[in-house]
Formats: sequence, C-alpha cells, structure tokens
Amino acid sequence: MSVPRALVVAAGLIAAWEALVRVADLPHYILPAPSRVAAEFVGRADVLLLHGLSTAAEIVLGLSGGLVLGALTALAMVRFAAARRWGLPLLVVSQAIPVFAIAPLLVLWLGYGMASKVAMAVLVIYFPVASASYDGLRRTNPGYLDLAKVMGASPWQILLRVRLPAALPAFAAGARVAASVAPIGAVIGEWVGASSGLGYLMMQQLARGQTPLAFAALVVLASMAVALYFAVDAAMNRLTSWQPAIDGETRS
Amino acid sequence: MTIEGAPDRAPAIHIRGARLAYGGRTVFDDLSLDLPAGRTTCLLGPSGVGKTSLLRLIAGLAPAGTRGTVESGDGASLEGRIAWMAQTDLLLPWLSVVENAVLGFRLRGDTPALAHARRRATDILADLGLGDRIGDRPATLSGGMRQRVALARTLVEQRPVVLMDEPFAQLDAITRLSLQDLSATWLRGRTVLLVTHDPLEAARLGHLVHVMTGSPATPGDAIVPDDVPPRPPAAPATLAIQATLLRRLADAHAGDRA
Repeated sequence: MSVPRALVVAAGLIAAWEALVRVADLPHYILPAPSRVAAEFVGRADVLLLHGLSTAAEIVLGLSGGLVLGALTALAMVRFAAARRWGLPLLVVSQAIPVFAIAPLLVLWLGYGMASKVAMAVLVIYFPVASASYDGLRRTNPGYLDLAKVMGASPWQILLRVRLPAALPAFAAGARVAASVAPIGAVIGEWVGASSGLGYLMMQQLARGQTPLAFAALVVLASMAVALYFAVDAAMNRLTSWQPAIDGETRS
Repeated sequence: MTIEGAPDRAPAIHIRGARLAYGGRTVFDDLSLDLPAGRTTCLLGPSGVGKTSLLRLIAGLAPAGTRGTVESGDGASLEGRIAWMAQTDLLLPWLSVVENAVLGFRLRGDTPALAHARRRATDILADLGLGDRIGDRPATLSGGMRQRVALARTLVEQRPVVLMDEPFAQLDAITRLSLQDLSATWLRGRTVLLVTHDPLEAARLGHLVHVMTGSPATPGDAIVPDDVPPRPPAAPATLAIQATLLRRLADAHAGDRA
C-alpha cells in the first residue's frame, strides 16, 4: 500500500471517530475523541515516555532472547539426533499449554519487575522461531548436501556454511512473526502484574476512568509494534538480500 | 606447476558387483565397469537404466538399495580425489560467482589454499567467458552461465577423478557444444565418467562409450573411437560414432519391446 493512500485512510478513520464521538455525545471515559487523546500526548508526555521505554525494553529483550533461543534450539535439533528425539515432542507439547495461562506463574516466580515480562515475550516468540528455523534447516536442497559431501566438508562445516545460510529465509519468516507477537507477550505480562509499562498504565488509567490516557498509551504501543515490525522486516530483507523477492517486486 | 597446481595422477576406477533394486525391480545386478586412467568414459542410455545411480555409487552418494565395490587402480582411497558435477548447477544463491567456484575450499575450511584457489577460479571463469561476472550473484545469470560456473567449480577442485551427470542436458544446443569443447580441454588427463542421454555428446567427448541398456541393465562393450576428443560435431567420424550409438540404443529399445 502506498504511503499517501495509507495516510488518507488513517485520516478518514480518525475523522469518522471524532465525528462519531461528537454526534453521539459519548462520555470521554467510554470513548474519548481523537482530539482529547492527542491532548494527553502533550500533557502527559513524561508519563507516556517513562512507561513506553519500559515496555520497549521488555519487547526488545524478549525478542532478542526468543530469536536466539529459538535459533539455537533449531540448530541443536538438526545437528544432534538426541536433541531432535527429545526436543521435538517437548516443543510440540509446550505449545499445547496456552502461554498466557502461565503468565500469573511467571509473575509469581520472577516477580513484578521486568524479568517476568521478558520471559513472557520469550515464551511467545520461541516456538514460531524454533519451528520455522528447524523447518528451514531440514529442508536444505539435498543436492547442496551431496555436493558438500563429495567436496569433503565436515558435518559442522555443512551446517554452518550450507544449511544455516539456506535456512535464513525460513528464520526470517519466523522472526517477522516473532516481531508481531512480541508486544503481545510483554503487554500480557504487564496486565497480570507490573509496576510500569504501557500495559500497566492502560489498566491503571481505565480503572480510574482516565480513558483518554489509556488510549494514548495504546497509540504509543501500536506505533512501537508497527515500527518494530518494519525494522525487523528491513533487517531480515537485508539478511536474505540474495533471495529473489517472493511477490515479484524488486527490493531496493 | 605449483604445489597444488596439477591434479595428482588420475587413477583407473573399477566397479565390481554393483547392484541396484528398488520397488521389487532389479535395475542392474552384478554389474562391472572399468574407467581407464586419464580417459573420458561416456555412459549412454535411456532414462531409468541406472546410469546416475552408478555414478553416485562412485561418488559415495549411493542411494538406499545400492551395493557394489568401487576401487581405484592405484589401490589408494578415492576419498578426496573426486569432483562431481550434477545436472543442476547447485550454485549457492547467497554466494557470488567466484565464491561459488571456490566452494570446496570454503567448505573444507582450507583457508591457506583459498587465495590461490580464488586466483585460479578467476582465470578459469575468464576462460569460460564470465570474467566480468565474478562478483555477481547466481540469480542474475542465465542458465548457460550458471552451468559454466558449475563447471568452473568442478575444475577449481583440481581432482583427478571427475564425475559428470548430464551436465549440459538443460542447455541450448550451441551453448552445449561450446561447453563440451571447454570441458574436454580442461579435463584432459583426468579420469572422467560422463553420464548422458545425448548420443552426440558421447560421440564428441568419449575416449570410450558404453551404451547401458537392458533389464537388468549392463554397460555392454565399449565403443572405442581411434581419434581423440573433443571431436567436431559435424565431422563424418563423429557422426559415424553417433550413428553406431543410436543403432545400439534403438536395438535395445526394440529388444525391450519384443
């Protein structure tokens, strides 16, 4: 979608929202008008910044941790038969447990601080990254492996120089999914129990009828999530620049 | 030449008792084949006769259901003395042309020899008409260019034994002829097994040509032309060999139907 068109759509939606609130004369604690939410950005910028930074740190740490752990798990499962035999069922079973249901446990074990939110984000991200990377590592073109074998490459060299780069597009797909779910993990963690963060700020302000500030927090959170996605997407495109674009569009 | 310039002496290769069966069908059984040292042996035959499996047996890539012994004429192990060129180019898309050409050295972690291999790869690629493309990614090359890079990669390996599995099958006729000439020149003195289903290719490149036919398949007696490859594609001698090969293939085909 082109940028001008996206801006027009956004402006139209905001205008419709503003009109709805004014025409229906909705109270601000039910649905604040966009102009009212915008006022919060000016008046409460310090609060939003403080909690935004806290959530951003949780998301970035959780995303990094989840990507690294997921990729390492996939590597271990491809390289070692024992890791595959024991790890694969564990991975599948771990996904049967709704991660959100154990959020209270994480808070119980890791406390109200940042650690429980980072752990939550890591858990949400871990599976898509591990399974996408594992799939990618397993699906190396068998011809590449034959060639490497005839050339006398060791299994480690084959893993590092053939399977790993060949799996990068799959890892990139996993990382894109991870980037879009990481904020969810962090915010769920904040809802269950926290002393800072945008999720915490939203819960607190909603309980006090300060809906406009909660909406402002939501806008910050959404902007962060979108920025994160595009940043990760750009990084992954760079990492797999050799791969022809799937949709037929050329990449810059 | 230099320390690792010319390949060490090319050994003869002897296959004994080779057997391949799958799906209850015996493709070949107790098959013997000799590849004379320093010569190009062409293995011609229809699809599904087991040519590729035989080649893979030598390469150490035998599929399940294959048996047989592969010995070298000099008694030494063949490990590390074979270069393999497949029907598809198998270029790694994330590496440049020249880095693909020196892939063997990269994969073995042979850093000391890598710089020298790169220089040789650059020379070979220039000879193959790719001198201005060495920094490009494979995706930007045509099919013929990619296959030339695969040939360069095979040559940079400097192995005394070269196994080629229908290396030019996917190319247009003119590109195929020119690559046949180039590879015949570059592979002189090595023990080469060239699997093909193109009688003209076998007629041009083989010191010996086996026509592998039948069920279970046998490589038959070798046709040994008395001149030296690469033979010009339109020369009467080449065409005579091609005619002989075609006749053998047709006879086998008729025999299968009877």
